[in-house]
Amino acid sequence: MHPVTNAERLPIVKLGSLDELWFQVAGTRCNLTCTHCFISCSPHNDSFGFLSFDEVERRLLESVEWGVKEFYFTGGEPFLNPDLVTILERTLDFGPATVLTNGTVLKPEWLERLRAAEQGSLYSLEFRVSIDGPTAELNDPIRGSRTFERAMQGVELLVEFGFLPIITMTRVWDESEDGAVLGQFRGVLHQHGYDRPRLKVLPRLLLGAEANRTCGYAASDRVTSEMLVGFDTSQLICQHSRVVTDRGIAVCPILIDSPAAILGDSLLDAQQGFALSHGACMTCYQYGAICTNHSAAGV
Amino acid sequence: MKDERPRPMRIAFFGGIYNNHIALAAAIADARSRSVDAMWCLGDLGAFGPHPDRTCEVIRNNNISVVQGNYDHSIGHGMNDCQCGYTDPRDNYFAQLSYDYTLAHTSDEHRAWMRSLPSQQRLEIDGVRLLLCHGSPRRTNEFLWQSTTSTQFLAKLCDDFECDVILGTHTGLHWQRTWDARNCSANRISRRALAPVRAIPTFSSNRAFINVGVLGRPENDGTTNVWYTFLRTGRAGRSPLPWEVEFVPVACDHERLAREMRDERLPDEFIETILTGWWTTCLEVLPAKERRRGRW
Repeated sequence: MHPVTNAERLPIVKLGSLDELWFQVAGTRCNLTCTHCFISCSPHNDSFGFLSFDEVERRLLESVEWGVKEFYFTGGEPFLNPDLVTILERTLDFGPATVLTNGTVLKPEWLERLRAAEQGSLYSLEFRVSIDGPTAELNDPIRGSRTFERAMQGVELLVEFGFLPIITMTRVWDESEDGAVLGQFRGVLHQHGYDRPRLKVLPRLLLGAEANRTCGYAASDRVTSEMLVGFDTSQLICQHSRVVTDRGIAVCPILIDSPAAILGDSLLDAQQGFALSHGACMTCYQYGAICTNHSAAGV
Repeated sequence: MKDERPRPMRIAFFGGIYNNHIALAAAIADARSRSVDAMWCLGDLGAFGPHPDRTCEVIRNNNISVVQGNYDHSIGHGMNDCQCGYTDPRDNYFAQLSYDYTLAHTSDEHRAWMRSLPSQQRLEIDGVRLLLCHGSPRRTNEFLWQSTTSTQFLAKLCDDFECDVILGTHTGLHWQRTWDARNCSANRISRRALAPVRAIPTFSSNRAFINVGVLGRPENDGTTNVWYTFLRTGRAGRSPLPWEVEFVPVACDHERLAREMRDERLPDEFIETILTGWWTTCLEVLPAKERRRGRW
């Protein structure tokens, strides 16, 4: 007998079916430097680069045989990528698309094209706009000076073009205050002309900049094999998603900075199972399906 | 000489009933007037409306075959909630109200019957393989919305489950898509795969997904009618005819339904939906395109 190491105890989650394909389309480049960003995006972070139109189209074609159901675009700030509008137009030939944006750099001419693209497609184009609370006092210390005002202008512009953005906030308050914060946010969005606001709350991920702002995961924050007994692993994003980056296919959008997260160069390579080696896997385990839209739910 | 060619089959598919025994009776009468050969319900007998036992009785007295929905599984096993798959607190609040009401008003006999229902059913007609399920073949409560379900995903479901046509319900909105399997199979990647076939299905390489709609509540379009699906298989001479899939609007006595719901003290929000045709609850799970069509 040999001693059992930690690595041997880590539970491995196999890819069940590739339901969502993510694109790290703006790499780690962002016009903002949020203090809670789990991959520390900023105007100067080049650890991951932009994806070109050709690269995205190649992956879309590759994804057809996998039966991918939905496509997601993230960064960084996706709209910093000059190819993004063309990429989204093309994606809507293949399936539904969701773009995660901070809402501060949107231009009317882009939204006009995207509105037309969605109208001509079978599929929905969803915008998730990140705003961390219903007031500048809550949001700006985290996302930067005047970002609340600028993001709300982005929401107004999206609504003007007929979109129904999903306002996505990271819970930087106590979970028990969810009801009050969401109620206040609905009121604020109404005042800005958004009469049927859609809201999504994300738990904090103790990675990247957030690990410095508050604290990182403890060594004991790990999902164990015992915890997975009787657990529906489709709650874990690594069971049904992969992420295209300019450095290969990663296991999930949360862990791209983690060396073990890059699984290979093709979707076939990335089919391999993933050992739940990270503290963030615990957050995914606790909250379930945190990265996908409500409409993808069903457990 | 006797013609032994199979005659066209006429099958009615009902989606979620949600306790709307009035619409169910109206839909059965409509299907009978079209000389229906068989009637199926794809699950979720309870929720939303009044008097759950009445729906069970109408279903069982009319020889309607039933596939078990998430609601029937929950009520049958006395679970704590309906397993509808909502994620928003307000949606879950209203879902729980109707679940608690339905559980409290469903007889033990009907609950035992619900437990015995199959989770899916296969039919084969003229060599076409149909798979009847509630949400999707892989998960009872999976939402397959028209605007967030890619064609390649549906094609893979047909491949994985070895069928040509999948019929489901669960979302509350009817829709269908057909495609050419030759261009969307596991080993043939083609841009053409992404263009759905416009003609109605279903021979040789054509495949289809059909969401049959629901009888339980209107479709968030400002009209008070509800929907079911009528399928006619085709056969004439040696050449098979395309099958016809007809989405049938059913007018039911919604004023009477609203009265019964009021008498049972069901939420005003539910009654408003029955009277106006606009959804007032369970909205957050809708994708953008479907949400935009509604009022709220």
